Amino acid sequence: MISASQRLWRTSPLTYVALVLAALLSIYPFYYMLVIGTRSLDSINEVPPPVTPGGAFGDNFGRVLDNDAANFLTGMMNSIIVSSVVTVSVVLTGSLAGFAFAKLKFRGSNALLLAIIVTMMIPTQMGLIPLWSIMQDLGWYDTLYAVTVPFLVSAFGVFMMRQYASQAISDELIEAGRVDGASTFRIYWSIVLPALRPAAGVLGLLTFMETWNSFIWPYAILTPENPTLQVSLSFLSYAYYTDYSQVFAATAIGTIPLVLVFLVFGRQIIGGIMEGAVKS
Amino acid sequence: MSLSATTAPPSPAAPPSPDVDRRRSRGRLLNRLDVKYSPYLYIAPFFLIFGAFGLYPMVRTAWMSLHDWDMIGEHSFIGFDNYTRLFSDEYFWNALVNTFGIFALSTIPQLLLALFLANLLNRTFLRAKTFFRMAIFMPNVVSVAAVAIVFGMLFQREFGLFNWLLSLVGVDPVDWDGQRWSSWFAISSMVNWRWTGYNTLILLAGMQAIPKDLYEAAAIDGASPWRQFWQITLPMLKPTFIFVVILSTIGGMQLFTEPLLFANGNILGGSQREFQTLAMYMYEMGIVNLNSAGYGAAVAWAIFMIIILVSLFNFLLVRRSAK
Repeated sequence: MISASQRLWRTSPLTYVALVLAALLSIYPFYYMLVIGTRSLDSINEVPPPVTPGGAFGDNFGRVLDNDAANFLTGMMNSIIVSSVVTVSVVLTGSLAGFAFAKLKFRGSNALLLAIIVTMMIPTQMGLIPLWSIMQDLGWYDTLYAVTVPFLVSAFGVFMMRQYASQAISDELIEAGRVDGASTFRIYWSIVLPALRPAAGVLGLLTFMETWNSFIWPYAILTPENPTLQVSLSFLSYAYYTDYSQVFAATAIGTIPLVLVFLVFGRQIIGGIMEGAVKS
Repeated sequence: MSLSATTAPPSPAAPPSPDVDRRRSRGRLLNRLDVKYSPYLYIAPFFLIFGAFGLYPMVRTAWMSLHDWDMIGEHSFIGFDNYTRLFSDEYFWNALVNTFGIFALSTIPQLLLALFLANLLNRTFLRAKTFFRMAIFMPNVVSVAAVAIVFGMLFQREFGLFNWLLSLVGVDPVDWDGQRWSSWFAISSMVNWRWTGYNTLILLAGMQAIPKDLYEAAAIDGASPWRQFWQITLPMLKPTFIFVVILSTIGGMQLFTEPLLFANGNILGGSQREFQTLAMYMYEMGIVNLNSAGYGAAVAWAIFMIIILVSLFNFLLVRRSAK
């Protein structure tokens, strides 16, 4: 029972025009990054601005690698290490706690879960100044501990895993494990964790992207000699903003890995984000 | 069977020895302890790490804000002096105005556009759904730093794309980071670009949770799609919309990276502080100038209060307007 006017509305070509336009605007800056990053310095300041990629990427990226002030490779390595460690930890601690909240009975579990949800509302930047001095006291200034340890757990991760676990895992399954004499941890490891895999994958992807892209805290606590990738990019652009070819080549290299991950897993990432939105 | 055959099989006839008995009861005890207390072990990592690096710093920010606090030297208790100082600090007010200006320029168009796009994506027979969703979400995959760098060039005075486009319609080149309104516009455009797609998806998720038979009933009654949008979609979308507004508020009040990189790392945000945000001012007072950490902490708590107030205001506004 769909009226004629509704049919007219939903097949309107204008819908597609608007969506294609939005898609182009969303994608254009990526393309622009490639155009500038692959062109020689002389050719980017043309009028009208260039719209096609050039062949100078190797040359531009070579300048990035030769640039001692940017420490690009160190930044890349640091970002890979920090993002990987944080991702693995957030998924493990999140699924463990999520499992406990969803499937185990213990005193105070409701209040503790509520406490975790409340912390999701607190802007972390508010603790920036004392955190900076705490890191000094711990001797962690300018070390990877400072940008890793505080992020090993995530309230969002616990909450998301709890939501998924309470739907995806039946109580009978856990009961069966108990009857077989498995310990709670054994049940988590052999039954729950495999069942949580789809949600754990999405959480892992989101966590990796967020850690890879994080800026303020690494910028505050790391020096240009030992940066993460984003910090390295920022210093590169402060010092060499006239050499846009070099800066854009570096920015593209720092962005492409995430774009590739997104192209492969985009459907799951988007599904996870939309699912989380409806439930919360 | 094959395993137990290699070791000595226990004789089925033999009564359980006291040793086995003790082991069994210890097993039962362990089992009881495991069921009763191990959950606390599983949630402990979150509370330990969050407590040490999330909650404790927040509390310490409050404590510091009551002191004249030098990071590397002395500190003395001064009560609420840091907070009263905020009211007469012109740089604080300047940062407040900048933050709200950029917030308005980014949040309002962004949410309207997201609402529009979500409504388009919610069409039942739309083709290439996944493609459009992925395309408009793509900007959120890029780091803020990369966005700020790329837009920095787009807004460049001499050879930037925006000034070239303006020249096509006969407008003189704009010195984007030289004036207040133009720098606000440039920074807002970065925020809009990065977050519109994300908000679109959240709103779309909210729309898809609305029962379809409501629309069918309305269509039978002859309600136009436009009317359906106003009378069904918008009111039913209220909780999701409030969620999105509050998220945008938290993000907008803490805006830092875009203006910092737009100013090439200058924490003042332009020569006349044209686009220094509250978060930048907090950073300037608390991290760059180590001797005013107490005042920086007061700025941090002020931001927190502002977030709560603005969120509450938005919450009431959205709730009332959507009835």
